[in-house]
Amino acid sequence: MNAYRRGRTRRLTALIRKESFQIVRDPSSILIALVLPLILLFLFGYGVSLDTTHTRVGLVLEETTPVTLDLAASFQNSRYFDVTIGHDRREFAEDLVESRIGGFLVIPDGFTADLTASRHPAVQVIVDGADPNTANFVQNYAAGTVSTWEAQRAAERALTATPLLVQQRFWFNPELKSRNFLVPGSISIVMTLVGTLLTSMVIAREWERGTMEAMMATPVTAWELLAGKIVPYFLLGLGSMTLCVILAVFLFHVPFRGSILALYALSAAFLMPALGQGFLISAVTKNQFLASQLALLSGFLPSFLLSGFIFEINSMPTVIQYISLAVPARYLIPSLQSVFLAGDIWPMFLRSILILVGFGIVLFAVAIRKTAKRIA
Amino acid sequence: MGPTRLLALVRKEFLALFRDPKSRIILIAPPVLQLLVFSYAATLEVRNVDVMVLNRDAGHWGSEFISRIEASPQFRLVQRTGNPAELHEAIDRERVIAAVEIGPDFSRDIEAGSTADMAVILDGRRSNASQIVAGYISAIATGLAADTPAGQRLASVRVGTVARNWFNPNLEFKWFMVPGLVASIAMLVGLLVTSLSIARERELGTFDQLMVSPLRTHEILIGKVIPPILIGFVHITLFILAAVWIFGIPLRGSLFALYGAAFFYLVSLVGFGLFISALAATQQQAILGAFLFLVPAMLLSGFATPIANMPEWLQVLTYVNPLRYFLVIVRGVFLKEIPLAEVVAETVPMALIAGVTLPAAGWLFRSRLE
Repeated sequence: MNAYRRGRTRRLTALIRKESFQIVRDPSSILIALVLPLILLFLFGYGVSLDTTHTRVGLVLEETTPVTLDLAASFQNSRYFDVTIGHDRREFAEDLVESRIGGFLVIPDGFTADLTASRHPAVQVIVDGADPNTANFVQNYAAGTVSTWEAQRAAERALTATPLLVQQRFWFNPELKSRNFLVPGSISIVMTLVGTLLTSMVIAREWERGTMEAMMATPVTAWELLAGKIVPYFLLGLGSMTLCVILAVFLFHVPFRGSILALYALSAAFLMPALGQGFLISAVTKNQFLASQLALLSGFLPSFLLSGFIFEINSMPTVIQYISLAVPARYLIPSLQSVFLAGDIWPMFLRSILILVGFGIVLFAVAIRKTAKRIA
Repeated sequence: MGPTRLLALVRKEFLALFRDPKSRIILIAPPVLQLLVFSYAATLEVRNVDVMVLNRDAGHWGSEFISRIEASPQFRLVQRTGNPAELHEAIDRERVIAAVEIGPDFSRDIEAGSTADMAVILDGRRSNASQIVAGYISAIATGLAADTPAGQRLASVRVGTVARNWFNPNLEFKWFMVPGLVASIAMLVGLLVTSLSIARERELGTFDQLMVSPLRTHEILIGKVIPPILIGFVHITLFILAAVWIFGIPLRGSLFALYGAAFFYLVSLVGFGLFISALAATQQQAILGAFLFLVPAMLLSGFATPIANMPEWLQVLTYVNPLRYFLVIVRGVFLKEIPLAEVVAETVPMALIAGVTLPAAGWLFRSRLE
């Protein structure tokens, strides 16, 4: 080992030490790396739920006969509804306007007579279109409940069998808990915050204060400088991720079916573009305020909205679907959800890792160029 | 208190806001981006669904079912396969969200009048979307069942459901999202502008100059509070216009009630902003503080997911969130023509929040000065 190389190792170690001290001493680093992840995870674990079990609905019985009571009972027994029974639809109309219920069902007057006379009786389902997601579920599950009830009646009376039975199997998440996919997804948001927001602000501060130029004047090369900055934040990102995973598994009871190796490989690959983006933003703006705004707009919001985390990419307009191809989180989130819920699916993971590392290399290359140019 | 002095301060605040490129960015970039991205991208509708079909049935009914899926507007790609392993893999790797398996006796069972079975495998990793897809497939199956011989015999005794969507007949997600944006964007801008204004002066040192001017502390605070409220009204107005003219969302209720409620909403937000401002020593801290307030406020408001789905103890926390109340009013005025009494009932809590946050911020502010 020659003298230059030895010097390089020493310089790098010194830089990493210096950065690590800065992280530990700076309250805003702690805030972003520890407090924000906890808050986000709690919010997504407890606050954000797309679960449609127990939607509050009203049920209007315009006539009370054994048949309608039987149908009402199957609504009450449904796991999807929390039913309040009334006898006049006006009672619920007001609740619907004021969003106290997601919808109401009407078993109309004459239902039993129509049923015995084979005159196509129908249950009316009135939903609150102002909340379309809940409205859809209420419609679907009301139709499902009615046809299950019918099938049971037919079976009891040994009438003609129901012609078609669709068995639904939800793989990986049979309880249909939205928390099970939201919590793993939010881990990628946390890594975006640490990698992009924190890194860009901290490095932008060095530019602002001129300490970056001071370091450039030392024998440290641009690559060493970059590595010295990246390694501590890389480890910090993995640390935040670990904290989140522990909470996800032990507090929120999200199943973890994959391997730790896959989890760390994916996270490490994702931190490359995240850190690269942070570094690039700081090199371009050299200003904390602009860096934070740009990091939120180009890092946080896209990983939140355009990554398939909550909103289905396939349902978006084509232009936005193309834009989403440039969002690194889009490649991480399905794999991360799979590590938790499905297990190791290496062909999918390797593809994600390759794409993420590719993004990372491009971003770092541009960031290095930007940094070098400034000094020349 | 001299109205001229106050007016001069308000003028100065506006000049500072519009002259500083950083604040201009805050006033323009996040609102425009939010409106465009949220309205078009943030949808829980499920369209362009890709499914895989494994049809072991040689008869008419199996292929009829598949062609009905293909004909359905929600589906984009219907891949056929003969290999269960491939189906397994397509679900595993998220190439399709659902897979339909039709057994070899499907047509035979239907013709014989016995119950025909079909399995639908759905990706639970995206349980919200897959439940909606399950709904689509069930609806197609119900249609097919009605056309089978047994179904036609049963037709006369079948019980149907008739759905009516009040307030939003086609269940368009934009009608849900855009009114919500009117409220949330006003929050974003109002909070950032207020929390940054004092932090900026502190950083630049001009705040001390303000303090030695003849202006009293409460006058300074009032001067700092008026511009964000006015800007909030401008944003709300612009977004209402965009909602009606660009997105075609009906405006059914009273605009007067909406603006009245908006005043209390903005005042309560500015109270929070001032609070952050009083605590923050630098702009950096002010931004982080605003972010720490905004993210929970957005998520715990009913903006994207219903409050009723949250655990009870968390629902309690939403009572101090002004967005929670204003969302009900905005959505109600746009889509539902909510009664005035309901608007008042939702406005009172916002007025109470403002009544607490503003004086508290003023107090904190004064105590930090000494």
